[in-house]
Amino acid sequence: MAKEVSPGVKALRKVVDDVHADARQAAKEGKLVGWSSSKFPCELAAAFDLNVMYPENQAAGIAANRDGEIMCQAAEDLGFDNDICGYARISLAYAAGKRASRKFDPETLEYVINPNSGRPLKDENGKVVIDPETGKPKKDPKTMQPYTVLDDIYEIEALPETTEKEIAYKNFRREAIKPYRQMRIPQPDFVLCCNNICNCMTKWYENIARMRNIPLIMIDIPYNNTVEVHDTNVAYVRAQFDQAIHQLEELTGKKFDEEKFNQACKNANRTASAWLRVCDYLQYKPAPYSGFDLFNHMADIVTARAYPQAAEAFELLEKDLEQAIKEGTTTTPFPEKYRVMFEGIPCWPKLPNLFKPLKEHGVNVTAVVYAPAFGFVYDDLDGMARAYYKAPNSVCIEQGVDWREGICRDNKVDGVLVHYNRSCKPWSGYMAEMQRRFTADLGVPCAGFDGDQADPRNFNEAQYETRVQGLVEAMEANAEKKEG
Amino acid sequence: MSIYTLGIDIGSTASKCIMLSDGKEIVAKSLIDVGAGTSGPQRAIDQVLEEAGKTREDMSFILATGYGRNSLEEFADDQMSELSCHAKGAAFLFPEVRTVIDIGGQDVKVMRVENGIMTNFQMNDKCAAGTGRFLDVMARVLEVDVEDLGALGAQSTKYVGISSTCTVFAESEVISQLSKGTDKRDIINGIHQSVAGRVAGLAHRIGIQDQVVMTGGVAQNTGVVGALQNALGHEVHTSPLTQYNGALGAALFAYQKYKKAHKDK
Repeated sequence: MAKEVSPGVKALRKVVDDVHADARQAAKEGKLVGWSSSKFPCELAAAFDLNVMYPENQAAGIAANRDGEIMCQAAEDLGFDNDICGYARISLAYAAGKRASRKFDPETLEYVINPNSGRPLKDENGKVVIDPETGKPKKDPKTMQPYTVLDDIYEIEALPETTEKEIAYKNFRREAIKPYRQMRIPQPDFVLCCNNICNCMTKWYENIARMRNIPLIMIDIPYNNTVEVHDTNVAYVRAQFDQAIHQLEELTGKKFDEEKFNQACKNANRTASAWLRVCDYLQYKPAPYSGFDLFNHMADIVTARAYPQAAEAFELLEKDLEQAIKEGTTTTPFPEKYRVMFEGIPCWPKLPNLFKPLKEHGVNVTAVVYAPAFGFVYDDLDGMARAYYKAPNSVCIEQGVDWREGICRDNKVDGVLVHYNRSCKPWSGYMAEMQRRFTADLGVPCAGFDGDQADPRNFNEAQYETRVQGLVEAMEANAEKKEG
Repeated sequence: MSIYTLGIDIGSTASKCIMLSDGKEIVAKSLIDVGAGTSGPQRAIDQVLEEAGKTREDMSFILATGYGRNSLEEFADDQMSELSCHAKGAAFLFPEVRTVIDIGGQDVKVMRVENGIMTNFQMNDKCAAGTGRFLDVMARVLEVDVEDLGALGAQSTKYVGISSTCTVFAESEVISQLSKGTDKRDIINGIHQSVAGRVAGLAHRIGIQDQVVMTGGVAQNTGVVGALQNALGHEVHTSPLTQYNGALGAALFAYQKYKKAHKDK
């Protein structure tokens, strides 16, 4: 039976679908479409009515659709090192025109189905049907998929179109590109980069700009070694906002519309406030949903936070959650025995594998730092500069520990599960010290595991399962100790 | 009548069993040099039962641990991670233990133990450097038995640095040293230092508190134990039962679980 989706979640999905559909339409009409880093001040682009897509979000979607590996390898074939962030590799491959596509026979124009794909066939009682010949479960033909191959949109565009056969082949090859929205976003006409979220971002965007020969609008937010954001820092960022506005005026041929900008700021604040209130629902015990659900809703806070529809959808979700608390319901499909903070970005290609042992041991993720980090709330332009100064990789360890320990206390966690993300060395680099502090300050056990946000080659399921089990056993021992 | 419990540790390179009576006395033990996915687990089980003259039915509780613990779902009554089992086994052998370092076939674990219970741990990343497998590879390249590494390394007179933390690159470093004519014993000593350095780094993350106990097959290598002692600046205790430590912990947990389940009976 399909999982029931609440009105808020439905609304959130529609918002992201619409943002993508609008961008595709804009590209068709010859309007400018930009690519932006997730923590670039989206309010600036909104003031110019620009359609913007978000490569980080796109890469997460591609990875979750199991195409991370083929796209990462494509980037490596272009000469990018496999030590570079998986999101960056996917994005760079995509910018170069590489696409995950479905294999087909060029003569018959029929897809070549992968016999290992698909879900097991179930009978009317929901039981798996076993093939009497092989003794193995039969596959549901409706869920079977063609093999995945790599294609290149520029190669496709260069194909001849003189005969009917050539036209049919070219069209089929275009259509064979995977149909999900992240594999169909328009190529960029400009890029907006703010390096507050990620140190690799600057070179990643510079590469895209050079590759596509398009303008790069850069806002540099350096690492801040103090918890306080000083006035000089604010002045540095404010001046860059002015420069970005000037560049956007040149790019669009339009004057900066202050009224639109103020409205975008108002919308972004409203969305961020609703988002943070949604995040706070994880404090309830048991929680009405899981931190993994929050990860899924991040598409909205990243791609649409300057739009009123995103604020409305989060406000609707808030109502759903309020109702869930009243009714004592939860989207978590198991009783919540333990509560943990999940530190870092999830391994998107391995979400089911991440979830499996957590479910088995009754572990609910009730705290994540990555999600609320996107809740920018501010009063004025100086406040906006200060808000954008605070991102996980631009703040010092004291600030980072304070954020996390605050969430751990508020959300009442019993332990911490740390993803040592091969794609994000700056983030993972200070985790060993953070783990030490969590245990010392909060008295909770921590477990770390190796993985990657987009490249499945960096994750080992058996290692992960042992660590989760070890964490559960340590939490169990801790609970017994507290009970005396 | 005595209560018999069986602990089975199916590692990546060996299968070990310990049978206890009343959670105290070791009745029998077995070790087969192949692990998960092989005939090792069954052979180890058959051997321990035969040695004790017991059957499956005589066992009040069987607990599996180790990398292959899930493969015994039908035979064992329960399973636990090797982390908790190593901590438990070490605390049985050394009641004052606070830090357990276990070097297994494919991973390295450091556990904080408080009052005999594991409260926190650290494990190696997705890399075989510093593990038992690393030593196996090096022994093969050097054409010596892995059991002899400790004694040979002790005869070293000169320090030879093996700098790489990667098994493959360390192998080529060793080959390069051999081709230069470097004494095998010095290379072995360098390998021990390299393992100790990597393990000590992991141990420092969790914090070293006395007593420090090293478990797992690699603890039989006196060269690694000595190098680790120097790297940590703490005495490192080992037991002759070191290879069986995970199975011992499993048998102890099996007894605990049996007692808990029969508390009111």
